[in-house]
Amino acid sequence: MNRITHTIETARQNQHKLLSIFITAGYPHLELTVPLVLEAAKNGADMIEIGIPFSDPLADGPTIQQSSQVALEQGITLTQIFDLVSDIRRQSPVPLILMGYINPILQFGYKEFLAKAAEIGVDGLIVPDLPPEEAGELKSLCQQFSLSNIFLISPNTPSERIRYIGELSTDFVYCVSVTGVTGARKGINPNLLKFLRHVRELITKPFLVGFGIATPEDAQNISRHCDGVIVGSAFIDLIRNNANKSELELLTSVAKYIRNLKSSISGVTDGY
Amino acid sequence: METVIEKKNSNQQLPDERGHFGIYGGKYVPEILIPVLDELEKAYDKARKDPSFQSELSSYLEDYSGRPTPLYFAENLTRKLGGAKIYLKREDLNHTGAHKINNTLGQILLAKRMGKTRIIAETGAGQHGVATATVAARFGLQCVIYMGEEDMQRQRLNVFRMRLLGAEVKCVSSGSRTLKDAINEAIRDWVTNVRDTFYLIGSVVGPHPYPMMVRDFQSVIGRETQKQIFNKEKKWPACLVACVGGGSNAMGLFYPFLPHPEVKMLGVEAAGLGLESGHHSAPLSCGHPGVLHGAMSYLLQNEDGQIQLTHSVSAGLDYPGVGPEHSYLKDSGRVEYTAVTDEEALSAFQLLAETEGIIPALESAHAVAVLPNLVHQFDSGDSVVVCLSGRGDKDVEIVAKRLDSIALQ
Repeated sequence: MNRITHTIETARQNQHKLLSIFITAGYPHLELTVPLVLEAAKNGADMIEIGIPFSDPLADGPTIQQSSQVALEQGITLTQIFDLVSDIRRQSPVPLILMGYINPILQFGYKEFLAKAAEIGVDGLIVPDLPPEEAGELKSLCQQFSLSNIFLISPNTPSERIRYIGELSTDFVYCVSVTGVTGARKGINPNLLKFLRHVRELITKPFLVGFGIATPEDAQNISRHCDGVIVGSAFIDLIRNNANKSELELLTSVAKYIRNLKSSISGVTDGY
Repeated sequence: METVIEKKNSNQQLPDERGHFGIYGGKYVPEILIPVLDELEKAYDKARKDPSFQSELSSYLEDYSGRPTPLYFAENLTRKLGGAKIYLKREDLNHTGAHKINNTLGQILLAKRMGKTRIIAETGAGQHGVATATVAARFGLQCVIYMGEEDMQRQRLNVFRMRLLGAEVKCVSSGSRTLKDAINEAIRDWVTNVRDTFYLIGSVVGPHPYPMMVRDFQSVIGRETQKQIFNKEKKWPACLVACVGGGSNAMGLFYPFLPHPEVKMLGVEAAGLGLESGHHSAPLSCGHPGVLHGAMSYLLQNEDGQIQLTHSVSAGLDYPGVGPEHSYLKDSGRVEYTAVTDEEALSAFQLLAETEGIIPALESAHAVAVLPNLVHQFDSGDSVVVCLSGRGDKDVEIVAKRLDSIALQ
């Protein structure tokens, strides 16, 4: 069974909330991606999203833009990303999702990309600039290679379309918390909880909430109304703020941050 | 005559319902933008069929922008080059000095109908920014223009004009600090402010319905040209020529002529320092299909799918992508595309100034630059129409720096 499917089903059975962590591949250095991912997985991350850097990340705020640019300036390629994913897979069973804009995937070739991803132990794919309208070919190839193809919804998505994406998305739906780009924000928009209750009424498929979640408090509050949270920019900010320290100190900070997030959502029950 | 003009356009069913021109175009955007694009598509479809919208737009084009623009017979240039007759479609005589206002008037009337209160736009050379700031001032809407840091330096005059018109000009310092990055930043603003903000795209690029809508608004160029050339020459031109950055002036001129196979069409990209140098902005000449800014089109990119840095002396052509419909027309062979270097464009800039007393925009000078060779491919009884998309006042400072000082003494 696909590792994401297994993780999602287990979480639902045990009624526990999930923590998914996003990291830009090759940030701050290519050699650090593997230890950072392993540290996050070891300390409670249930899933890892590995971001494929793109020159023009138009759905991303300054943090992920900057991390992508740093990775690209070091000349990171898809082949190197596949190598580091293989390396992670050899050392950990954590579900791995590749997240990236469509153009690099298109240039690599959809089929070649997915075949390679499946071969090295990737479990799923999120493409933020590929809505269902344009996803036909990639979606059916994902099925062929038993990879999850996760789609997004946002606060302005009409009800009918939320239902449709709920059917279409594999394993879970990525629920964007704000109309905006990625990036850590202060506090939670009061409309968000209303929106999440609305989504819960519309779909039965699990959904994780991402964009703007930075603190354990945010994670705790939001996780009451969904199946888990995704933390990206805040994690990248943490790495950036500790990037000039030793690898050991950096990993220690990461471990502490992930443990805090994880414990904030442990034991949380649905807040209806 | 009228029946000839109104003959059913064979390309008119494109894009298809999902916004595709063959494999090109589409809506490659974050989910947040899907409902916004759907809303825009419906509003545009309704407006396009509404006679009151069309007559309102026509009256602004006429009384505010000064249309129809002349089709001018460039007699001196024709004599000097010694080939087919050269006509210039004088889009530079529009209010604000370029063809851009044809589109900004159309889109702002649509934005008003949709109840949007805030307008955002990107700009390269600043001509679209000025045309947007102008209509925003005229219709009393808040206006924010995104412009690359490098472009703000080389087009200072236009930055000042936009501010004078009450727009806020936001400097974009990411990436290549030019048009591509200004579009990224405008899209980020748009996804953040979807409810009240209208993104007024300046070229035939971006997700559906923009390439279709901008083409439709710019088609006034080609429709007028059809009437004017027929009055003067009693036959179609042998060839149409226009510069292509995103490609809106070219699409506007070409589109109404597409069903007439006897009319050749030539789009001119910016070859910058030369196509072999790698420093250019010619995706149709040197690029491969890919996805940028919401649509599939020819793109300048490396083998890993990262978008490449571009170069052109002309800020308005300095863009790694191109309109999806141009990509389609290239593949179908209906339109031919070529590229001219910075040097060739600068020579053409001087040539037109000296022979006709018309200073073209550097963008338009790229189209003029193909004439010395092109006019000899046709008989002297044939005509060639060049879209003079904008005037060159904004470029005088750059040209003064670039040209050998002897040339100006």
